[in-house]
Amino acid sequence: MPEIIYMDNAASTRLDERVLEAMRPYFFESYAVATSEFGHSMGIEAKETLEKARSSLANTLGISPEELVLTSGDTESSNLAIKGVALSLGDKKGKHIVTSKIEDFPVLNSVKAMERYGYKATYLPVDREGILDLGELERSITKETILVSIQHSNQEIGTVQDIAALGKLCHEKGALFHVDATHTYRRLGIDLAKLPVDLMTFSAHTIHGPKGIGGLFVRKGTPLGKWMDGGFQEFNLRAGLENIPAAVGFAKAAELVTSEENERLASIRDKLITRLLDEVPETTLNGHRSKRIPQNANITFHYVEGESITLHLDMRGIEVSTGSACFSRSLEASHVIMGIGGNHERAHGSIRYSLGRFNRMEEVEVVVAAMKEVIFRLREISPLRKEEKT
Amino acid sequence: MKFPYGDKVLEHFKNPQNVGKIEDPDGKAIVGSPACGDMVAVYLKVDEKEHRITDIKFESYGCASNIATGSIITELAKGKTIEEAKQISWKDASEALGGLPKIKAHCSVLAVEGLREAINNYEEKHGLIKEKKPTTVDEVKRRLKNVMNPLTGLDVVRGNLITDVKVEEGTVSIWVDLPENHIFASNIQEEIKERIETLWDVKKVELHFNPSTA
Repeated sequence: MPEIIYMDNAASTRLDERVLEAMRPYFFESYAVATSEFGHSMGIEAKETLEKARSSLANTLGISPEELVLTSGDTESSNLAIKGVALSLGDKKGKHIVTSKIEDFPVLNSVKAMERYGYKATYLPVDREGILDLGELERSITKETILVSIQHSNQEIGTVQDIAALGKLCHEKGALFHVDATHTYRRLGIDLAKLPVDLMTFSAHTIHGPKGIGGLFVRKGTPLGKWMDGGFQEFNLRAGLENIPAAVGFAKAAELVTSEENERLASIRDKLITRLLDEVPETTLNGHRSKRIPQNANITFHYVEGESITLHLDMRGIEVSTGSACFSRSLEASHVIMGIGGNHERAHGSIRYSLGRFNRMEEVEVVVAAMKEVIFRLREISPLRKEEKT
Repeated sequence: MKFPYGDKVLEHFKNPQNVGKIEDPDGKAIVGSPACGDMVAVYLKVDEKEHRITDIKFESYGCASNIATGSIITELAKGKTIEEAKQISWKDASEALGGLPKIKAHCSVLAVEGLREAINNYEEKHGLIKEKKPTTVDEVKRRLKNVMNPLTGLDVVRGNLITDVKVEEGTVSIWVDLPENHIFASNIQEEIKERIETLWDVKKVELHFNPSTA
């Protein structure tokens, strides 16, 4: 049984033990529900713990704690942002939402859901490296547009958008701006005191925090309707028992990410990309070379299929993912690779390596060696492989 | 470790049998799956007296179940007469592999199709087809539906890669919406020719590429 090399951190990460330690007391000692200041002492203490975690998270973003709604994760946050704005504005403004073709499913499918409720949607194209064109965005926003939702970085190819420029444009044209920052929070600097962003989605599980918690930044004054009904928790924007242990874990996880770590991941990423492109023939980098999150590499190995690659790697203890149709439950090729002007063949052989805290530079050697062997073997049996192709 | 397939499938995936090309094959076919973009090539050597498959090889541009099915189907067909080999079904292949996931049926059934097409190709080349109907544009298109365009994951007809087909006095002319120097042009050309040339009344296949799409 080989030692596992886990490079699927964009899907989810291993919990940092220090996060678990921080969370532990809130399962066994301070387990009460957060109450008002007139509740019992355990409830008051729980409320204080929750607010401390919220403040700590708010500090990492340059926002005030009241602007951070804690949710069950990025899916819920993006649902709340998109559906919440629509719910709040109702018939007051138009019924048009703008997003991009390469968003992750929480945003993409929330926008699609709103189409079923009579909203119009525009799915903006991106260029071959995944960058959204400002001109395209400008042309798409009309008087009817209530919200623009664009990701900070892409979940598959890691391309980073210029959210400052995009947000400025949205505001000039009178639209609210939501950003899905699931893969950039704590990996890239985000200063919401300066950024023209109204709503932003976060998640804990991508930064070695617990699963089942995330956040939505809601800038003061942003119209947002409540759609999860129940109690008055989370500034009356999101009903449901507060997940205090997870909130504490989220705050701890955010605190543990350092700029040194991000630089280290970027150097592993660069080495992985350079070596794979240099040493495996017939490869294409997916995404932008420099406008890229530190923890993502995505490469297409031509003439071979992704599920075959991932299974071979899995047998060697290397865990990655692919945009191949064969790998997905829907049997559809990655909408991201297709969205960057890629074709079916490019998605078919695409592999995503997503890094996290527990990856080490030495692993690059093992992964590159395994890739060379696996790709060679699969090309040997591929009818698309040309004779003597190098 | 927990893998998504059974041991038998994994064994054939890891060490596929009968992999590769056969030089100068007696029968050959390349088939593709519009559902997921997988492709399989099957090559045959057939003993002409008994019409028995003496050698068989396959190639796969596909997922694990596609590779494993290619391996098992070539094992099952080897040594059989073409009549016997035609009877091999997806169910036989799946049973021999100890079961395949249902969602993977379309990519594993490809290898079975590939085998049948390769046998058909052999029969045509050796004048074993009893019913001799004149070749029509529809028949040409039907055959081209088995040629995959790896760029779109669709067959060349559904994917509008074939813009026109004409059949005139034994010459089949096919217009392809690709520049001649495209990376898959020669691949697609070879496949189209192989599928059409074997028709009993076809003397020549002409491909016309589209330089303006370069």
